[in-house]
Amino acid sequence: MTDDLLRIDGLRTVFRTHGGEIAAVDGVDLSVPRGRTLGIVGESGCGKSVLSLSVMRLVAHPGRVAAGHVALDGRDLLSLSNAEMRDVRGSQVAMIFQEPMTSLNPVHTVGFQITEAMRAHDARASKADLRDRAIDALKRVRIPAPERRFDEYPHQLSGGMRQRVMIAMALACKPKLLIADEPTTALDVTVQAQILDLLRDLQQETGMSIILITHDLGVVAEMADEVAVMYAGRVVERAPAGALFGDPMHPYTLGLLGSVPRLDEERENLLAIEGSVPPPFALPKGCRFHPRCPFAVPECRSEQPPLRPIAEGHQAACLRAPVEAFAA
Amino acid sequence: MSEPLLDVTGLAKHYPVREGLILAKQVGTVRAVDGVSFSVKRGETLALVGESGCGKSTTARLVLRLIEPSAGTIRFEGADVTRITGAAQRAMRRRMQIVFQDPYASLNPRLTVADTIAEPMAVHGIGDAASRRKRVEELLSLVGLRSFHAQRYPHEFSGGQRQRIGIARALSVQPDLVVCDEPVSALDVSIQAQVVNLLKDLQRRFGLAYLFIAHDLAVVKHVADRVAVMYLGQIVEIGNKADLFANPRHPYTRALLAAIPHPDPQRRGQVKPLGGDVPSPMNPPPGCRFHTRCPFAQDRCRSEAPALRPMADGHEAACHFAETLPPAGLDFAGGLSEAAARRLALYARARAA
Repeated sequence: MTDDLLRIDGLRTVFRTHGGEIAAVDGVDLSVPRGRTLGIVGESGCGKSVLSLSVMRLVAHPGRVAAGHVALDGRDLLSLSNAEMRDVRGSQVAMIFQEPMTSLNPVHTVGFQITEAMRAHDARASKADLRDRAIDALKRVRIPAPERRFDEYPHQLSGGMRQRVMIAMALACKPKLLIADEPTTALDVTVQAQILDLLRDLQQETGMSIILITHDLGVVAEMADEVAVMYAGRVVERAPAGALFGDPMHPYTLGLLGSVPRLDEERENLLAIEGSVPPPFALPKGCRFHPRCPFAVPECRSEQPPLRPIAEGHQAACLRAPVEAFAA
Repeated sequence: MSEPLLDVTGLAKHYPVREGLILAKQVGTVRAVDGVSFSVKRGETLALVGESGCGKSTTARLVLRLIEPSAGTIRFEGADVTRITGAAQRAMRRRMQIVFQDPYASLNPRLTVADTIAEPMAVHGIGDAASRRKRVEELLSLVGLRSFHAQRYPHEFSGGQRQRIGIARALSVQPDLVVCDEPVSALDVSIQAQVVNLLKDLQRRFGLAYLFIAHDLAVVKHVADRVAVMYLGQIVEIGNKADLFANPRHPYTRALLAAIPHPDPQRRGQVKPLGGDVPSPMNPPPGCRFHTRCPFAQDRCRSEAPALRPMADGHEAACHFAETLPPAGLDFAGGLSEAAARRLALYARARAA
């Protein structure tokens, strides 16, 4: 089998509410091979961010991981003590977020924030040594004049520069896995292209694995080796990137592809998906996509379809996939 | 040709930058919009595209006179509306409405949907309470909501539904021009497609003109008839959609197009990032404002600002070397794979059934 850095099995993350427990992530199996990029696509509320927080063990009360395993290099992260987990964060798994504006602390310099993680993992490092390492980190993310930037505050940087600082912080301790949660959503398209380029180069240099969470199919197509499409807390389709775009199976994936306006094609109307994502406290019975699915049949309302292999390395959770097999 | 519905010439908005608490000495000027001219015909969509800080939203607000221009004129159906006030301004405002970007911030949480939609009619003194109630029902069904939604409050709706409420409110007074300020950028992909379809459908039915502000060129290609690309407060290229996308003449337009990742892994690695950041609008670079990031910049670009001038196919670009630039080398061909296209056709058929 392939050499997986991260394996997620049967992960279920629940939140306690007045109306009982609701599952934001409900039985997800995924894996990320070493040095590769897994793209996770889905719309707001599909559970993609809670999934990544679960891997980092950062799900805040009243949420908790109720079931499943998360193994990094064969080591179960969910059974580590808090102190052991703190050691893993930053040094083995790091995360960058969507909002570079709010993820940096405005009252500390860039340099202080980059060296913070280094100090936490290596208490004896000298100040001069930390500064050198931080400036190296800034250089690695192609920030011009890193010596000057080290002493600047976040408000003195543009959005793209701040995201570069976030990446420098995340990579300061050379993690094996980088989780990037919508890293370019808040950025302009030309800056987005710079950041994606940078992430690709850094992956080549360091051999790290990346989990890239996004709602943008263009970004996934550009970056991911394998793609998982999530809907209402579950993975509904999983395939290598080429197969997912070239041979999409799940009706939800089709709906997403039909919804995106394309530069290479002119259509009078976009093929929008009717309705909206159901909230996790009012999930439909059976397949969670069936109320919005044009191919739904009565069975879809009663049974939850499992993720099943449909082609080589390609899985989909749909009774009716591939759809032409059932079309009249 | 027929007279344009909206005609804007030399529009500018300069904000003074002051320092000090008491004397507040002016230390500079932010040129948010700096000499913008365009026109919008009845029933057509002009898209203003550009990155954050290029002045596209300021332009939209200037056109509606939500903020006052520092210079320039705005003509609506030939009449100068740049300085009108009072009743004349109110009458004009009925005919120009706006849909905002953030459907979470642009609806009053204390008003029911019916009150929100009826408010513009009340302001403009259109109809009585009973006829307004009837009109609200019509509008709700027009934007794909149900009549029982009228008595609910904004927090009970999803983002896409709220944007539909915002659209119903804009249409309540039967405007001729609707300014859409990034109307779909806060929405999820599938909802974005619903709202885009709705806007296009309403335009066909009521002959609306749209001034469509956006940063997503793929959305613009889908909705616009004409496109204006803005950079640092100025229009750098403007023209019919087909000409502009087929043959982009300004290096910035090309850079924007080249930066978009395609939803097609086979064309991976074609994205070409543009170096650098947008300079501050407080002291824009001399000469061509794009020269600091332009791969083709020469000495002339650093000293002499290029004017918008017509290209062979009729669209206009503001670049000294627009004719002699190498081919853009942008490849949009491809489209969906055969299997994806076949299944999408089935999807469309099943949905229509």
